[in-house]
Amino acid sequence: MATSEPPVDSFLPLPPATFHILMALAAEDRHGYAIIQDVAARSEGAMRLSAGTLYRSIQRMLDQGLITETSERPAPEFDDERRRYYRITPLGTSVARAESLRLAQLLSLARASGFAPGRA
Amino acid sequence: MRFYRALLHLYPKSFRSEYGNELCSLFGQQWRDTSGPAASLLLWIRTFLEILFNAFAVHWDLLRQDLRYTARTLSRSPGFAIVAVLVAALGIGAGTAVFTVTDHALIRPLPFAAPDRLVALWETTPGYSRMELSPLNYRDWKARSASFESIAAHRGLSVNLSGQGEPERLEGSAITAELLPLLGVRPAIGRIFTAEDDRDGAPGTLLLSYGLWQAAFGGDQGVLGRKVLLDGVPATIIGVMPRNFHFPRRDAEIWTPMRFAPAGFQDRNDNYLNVVARLKPAVTLKQAREEMRLITAQLSREYPKENARHGAAVNLLRDEISRQSRLLLAALFGAALCVLLISCSNLANLLLARALARQREIAVRSSLGAGRERLVRQLLTESSVLALLGGAVGVLAAYAALPLLARLVPQSMPVPEPSIDLRVLLSSLVFTVITGIGFGVIPALRGASSTSLQEGARTGAGVRTQRLRSTLVITEVAVSVVLLVSAGLLIRALPGVQSASYISFLPMTVRGGIWPVSVDGNTQLDRSENHTACLRYVTPSFFETLGIPLRSGRDVSDSDTASSTPVAVVSESFVKRYWPGQNPLGRHFNFAFQERTVIGVVGDVRVRGLEGPSEPQVYLSHMQVPDNTITWYAPKDLVIRSSVDDATLLPAVHAIIRNADPALPISEVRSMADLVAEDTGPRRLQLRVLGAFAISAFLLAGIGIHGLLSFAVSQRSREIGVRIALGAQSGDILSLVLRQSLILAAAGVALGTGLGYSAGRAMQSLLAGVSPADATAFLASITIVLLMALFGSLVPALRALRVDPTTAIRAE
Repeated sequence: MATSEPPVDSFLPLPPATFHILMALAAEDRHGYAIIQDVAARSEGAMRLSAGTLYRSIQRMLDQGLITETSERPAPEFDDERRRYYRITPLGTSVARAESLRLAQLLSLARASGFAPGRA
Repeated sequence: MRFYRALLHLYPKSFRSEYGNELCSLFGQQWRDTSGPAASLLLWIRTFLEILFNAFAVHWDLLRQDLRYTARTLSRSPGFAIVAVLVAALGIGAGTAVFTVTDHALIRPLPFAAPDRLVALWETTPGYSRMELSPLNYRDWKARSASFESIAAHRGLSVNLSGQGEPERLEGSAITAELLPLLGVRPAIGRIFTAEDDRDGAPGTLLLSYGLWQAAFGGDQGVLGRKVLLDGVPATIIGVMPRNFHFPRRDAEIWTPMRFAPAGFQDRNDNYLNVVARLKPAVTLKQAREEMRLITAQLSREYPKENARHGAAVNLLRDEISRQSRLLLAALFGAALCVLLISCSNLANLLLARALARQREIAVRSSLGAGRERLVRQLLTESSVLALLGGAVGVLAAYAALPLLARLVPQSMPVPEPSIDLRVLLSSLVFTVITGIGFGVIPALRGASSTSLQEGARTGAGVRTQRLRSTLVITEVAVSVVLLVSAGLLIRALPGVQSASYISFLPMTVRGGIWPVSVDGNTQLDRSENHTACLRYVTPSFFETLGIPLRSGRDVSDSDTASSTPVAVVSESFVKRYWPGQNPLGRHFNFAFQERTVIGVVGDVRVRGLEGPSEPQVYLSHMQVPDNTITWYAPKDLVIRSSVDDATLLPAVHAIIRNADPALPISEVRSMADLVAEDTGPRRLQLRVLGAFAISAFLLAGIGIHGLLSFAVSQRSREIGVRIALGAQSGDILSLVLRQSLILAAAGVALGTGLGYSAGRAMQSLLAGVSPADATAFLASITIVLLMALFGSLVPALRALRVDPTTAIRAE
């Protein structure tokens, strides 16, 4: 519905599920189940997206323009026609970068206060 | 899997159709990954909870999105939003406030235990359908009847309370000990009367109302046992009644025991007792009436002289509220319904026009892929927001108006002040939402279902919708004519009401009584022929002070004392009844235990309101009140006519009275104008409320006509442009628009005039003699409505004139 792109900062802070989905889509296009598995593997089981949460997030992210549905399909032998594949958009990439930066800054502040391990 | 699909219905349809298959395949994957019954059960539980949570979250997301969209569209057309909210608020506010009052006065059961078994008992004679009982008949009815669990009596009481701060004049009731248990009421603190308190010669006791306890005694618990003086007689406070107890009137502040002295059981026609009774559980009203008929017939045979042609009326206590109050409340209720109707139809009109105007937008959105379900959902949100805002403002308005409207509930009813309750609030809410959905969504939905972009491009209003909107406007006009006519009739009746009230408000009216009259030696006390008259004791120059004209003879004077001949001044209607066409002066008649000589004739006053004709009246000298028998009627109010203003007069009066008797309490010193205002106040208030409704209806109808025509003009701008291009003159265009408006107005006026006449007939008894077909009221209302129609069509007509033919045609 948005005609011109809103500023990147307006998306921050990102909900954890959204950030995880963006990370899962960073390297390649994936379908829903693959996203769930990737998120679980990446977080070593700490973040388990449920199906409803996943598609609720996907719907919102599509609306916001962070991801798109892609019509490119993998080779037919790997494909299940029911599956939809999602791809991160340039806006999604910028937003994920901005969120990372925000978290990094936050982390360095936390270190300075002695809340987090590592160099101040 | 099928169960999983079913669970997915918790999601909004748009979400389900978009992701349903994905979700199912995901679930299938997870299902295949799990093994063992425990793991499957866990998966089911997790999935169920997950769907519940996420479905709610998705709905919430959509709602927020729709609300944002609604806020945006409404702020883009603030005029529409404000008018729609105000229109809804007006209808709901009026409806809520009036329904609350009506509910309290007419619908709710009385606030007593098992109120549907409470009845009022009256004596009847051919002339009077509801007459108080005499102590003798009361005693006999009580002894002989078997239909009632309990029978109790009460009578009006007006006493000076002293021995506690400033002396105060209080209204209340003297009651027998059976009364409070019969009503099922317990005191807030202390005790209620017992049979011992009723005994003649028992020490004086009294009960306070909650309000009086708070106001005069500061809510002090230690008030029990305190001694006060009632009209100078010592009495002990034994209890305080609960906050919500009002009996027999809303303004009762004090209750004392009713005692029957042996002397009270002498005259079977000394009627002053109000009687209430409680039916036995198994006895119907009809059976009780039948039993009372037998008992009164028996008493008539035993006392043929006094009880000839006597009967009994047994009425449900609930039905005792006067016909007139009932009628007025019904009229207001009708008026509020009219306003509600009109505002709903207006809201409908507004939303219809908007839905039509938005067909193009809706077409665009649906062609961009918005599902029908999403569009309907969006419109639903918008209508509900408008309706709820209107409802909220309306309820606030109702709250504000309620204290005013509460005064419409007659003081004579034993019910507390009305307050808005949850039921009324809820029904208003439901009503608003239904209106919003009914008129906001359904037309849009019809549009959405049939709309394609192509159709949207030509904004043609459907003939059916146009006809619906015209019908709505005609209804609005008709209803506003009805309300204007009703208000007009009541306004025309007001001078009659005022002058009638002025002379009926004699300070001693309440101390009157109806006594049998026998003329020229015919000493048989026969009430059956309606030979009765109102009795009032007066002091010299009473008539002069109150402006009652002396037609012939003389006023009572200081020389008419207990030792001289009993004299009487009678009213013109008395003369007309007993000595038609003869000179009454010097004639004798028997009245209130004594032979009286007529010394003067005065003009009539209407003592019982406006409905009945003036009854015969007899005025006796205050010096000739027989000792100890009927002191109740002795004058206690002082009327003063003065040419100086109140501020100078009142201290002077106080000083004179204090000089005469320092212990005498002076209460309720008020100017006659105040009294008259108080008496006509409710009436004027009712008129004002009805007037407010009429004005609202009128404005709403104006808005309706204006809206309809503006819309029609914008719809027809191309047609108008073509006409202008083809050489139509301004006059032609103007008449094109005005004709449509006048046709609608004329249809509405025709309908409204008929209905207005019926409304006028229905409330004829409120009109103090003004005909329900009063030409002035009708002509004024019709003129006002026609002017309003003209005014409402002015702006659209001018806009039609300004249509530029080239742009209009190019748009084609």
